[in-house]
Amino acid sequence: MNNSSKTHTFLKNNSRELGLIAIIILMTAMLNSQTGGKFFTFSNINNMLSETSVLAILSLGMMTVIITGGIDLSIGASMALSAMVSTSLMKHSMANTGIFTNPYIAIIIAIAVGTLCGFIVGLLVSHLKIFPIIATLGMMYVYRGLTYIISGGSWVLQQNMSTSFLSIATGNILGINNLIWITAFLYIVFFIFMNYTKTGRQIYAVGNDEESARVSGINTKKTLTLVYSIMGAIAGLAGILYVCKYAAAQGETATGYEMNVIAACVLGGVSISGGTGKVQGVLLGALLFGVLQNALPLISNSQFIQDFIRGAIILVSVLFNIILSRRVEKKAIERKEKALG
Amino acid sequence: MNNAPLSQRVIQNKRIFSFKSFFMRWEWMLVALLAIIIGTSVLTAGSNFLSFNGLMSTLRDFMDKAILIFPMMMIILLGDIDISVGSTIALCATVMGVMLQSGTNAFLTLFIGILLGALCGSINGYLISHFRELSSVIVTVSTMIIYRGIATFILRDSAAGSFPSWITKISYGDIGGVPYTLIFFIVECIFFTILLTKSKFGRRLYACGNNAQTSRYSGINTKGIKFAVFLIIGIFAALSAIILMSKMNSARPNIAKNYELDVIAITVLGGVATSGGKGNPIGVILSSLCICFLRYGLGLINIKSETVMIIIGLLLIIAVAIPNLKNALGVPLKKRIK
Repeated sequence: MNNSSKTHTFLKNNSRELGLIAIIILMTAMLNSQTGGKFFTFSNINNMLSETSVLAILSLGMMTVIITGGIDLSIGASMALSAMVSTSLMKHSMANTGIFTNPYIAIIIAIAVGTLCGFIVGLLVSHLKIFPIIATLGMMYVYRGLTYIISGGSWVLQQNMSTSFLSIATGNILGINNLIWITAFLYIVFFIFMNYTKTGRQIYAVGNDEESARVSGINTKKTLTLVYSIMGAIAGLAGILYVCKYAAAQGETATGYEMNVIAACVLGGVSISGGTGKVQGVLLGALLFGVLQNALPLISNSQFIQDFIRGAIILVSVLFNIILSRRVEKKAIERKEKALG
Repeated sequence: MNNAPLSQRVIQNKRIFSFKSFFMRWEWMLVALLAIIIGTSVLTAGSNFLSFNGLMSTLRDFMDKAILIFPMMMIILLGDIDISVGSTIALCATVMGVMLQSGTNAFLTLFIGILLGALCGSINGYLISHFRELSSVIVTVSTMIIYRGIATFILRDSAAGSFPSWITKISYGDIGGVPYTLIFFIVECIFFTILLTKSKFGRRLYACGNNAQTSRYSGINTKGIKFAVFLIIGIFAALSAIILMSKMNSARPNIAKNYELDVIAITVLGGVATSGGKGNPIGVILSSLCICFLRYGLGLINIKSETVMIIIGLLLIIAVAIPNLKNALGVPLKKRIK
């Protein structure tokens, strides 16, 4: 009895995640039969996961932002800006193999620039109380403009990047691509951070009700600034990995990427109104997005079918969620009425 | 006085005219900004800036965005947002372009284009008004992807072109030097200013934006208003598609990217609060002129478009930050908008 009720609550609390897992299994099984067993090969899955990793990393940061009830439209631009700063320095020091060709230095510079970008957005949102959608929209213009100015209209190409830097995206440890390791590491860190640390729980509190969080002694301004700075740092990291993966940095890098990230978060069950969202859900959301990206070219070559399905899946999953929660509410009311007689 | 029956009570908070509050209004800031922009442009670019033809062509190039500001303003007044505008424009332009290219009757084409825009808008409107928990960001992000996808499906990488010559006349034709599109925009300005400030619909729109729940309880059809507003932006997106198509004399599926962001920026700069319920049509008209001349003036003195982007972004943030800044410094917050 006790055991069954335990499973019941587990199912109830994780219905969304379980549903996502079911969809992913169904899709991969379908793909596998469609491609004649080519899907479930180690190299394909390795490829697919490394393609998804940039999106998955960004979804983590976006999740924290959306949990506080905000949204960040500037990440595509701050990805481009941080990657451009870092790779431009690399380009200019390539001739004399200066310090900036070191891949670690490149990553650190990108993260620093990204953090600064996020910090500015955070200050605007927390201290000046500008709506996140407007603040990030404005900063998106600024960061994108700066990227163009720094690049001077030219690209940073493969030959301008050091081989040790390029090997980040192509190299692997134990046969598994480096990007996947980085993603896995970040997911573990975030899982602990969001669930078991004080700051992590405070982020949820601020998202649920900013006013009562403030009244109960949480420094909401600090929390908000922190959240956007984390988002910025992650955007910086993702930006440099993105550029490393595609071996080119330009002014247009990652334009509109924020929409994909928001979509992955929403698929993963992060509520746009704030307060709810789980790390494991976001992982599944990003994975589903990755599987889709991998699967859709197999179904049809046309961009239309791919875009259409991508958009439709977001909408349907959100609608499904709403209908489900309405039903739960209705049942709860009915139960109450019954109890009252 | 407060014991009087409700109907006879004098509304207390009717504003008493004072010069200070009159000049503290946001619109004056925009007028000042516009004056600064035009002043510096004239000083740096000389009299070229003020030539009649130059002014008209500047305004003409801006009209495809400008006609969208009122529908977007209405959406932001409701506290919503529409990100799918650019995609709707692209979809309408592609469909109309393909139809024109294959020699379909012109009026039928334009009619179907507008109908298609209305359909796109009403899909957004239906979903957003029917599912109250559904945020407009999510709905319009997904329809943005879908509409652009359909446009890409129809035309692939190619462009539809070779339109009948009268198509270009829509954008480039004029009456005594004043472009048709500008006349249309002026009529639109007058219409929407009256609609928003004097009509029942407009006042209800403001009420919904201030507090949707209270408005619903006091008998306003909030769902209907939300639906109507998204329908209107769909129709105007189709009109913008017609203007854009005639301006470029071609239609491609990747046109009008990021238009929504420019339009939102103009609206917010015009003093429309993103929390909904606050905003003045005059402010939006002024801010659209500001952005238009800013682009033109900076272009004349050879400032790169990237720098213009940065300036617009900063302007947007400063515009929103100023009232909050005053608040943070402890100066009593003046009501920015009546």
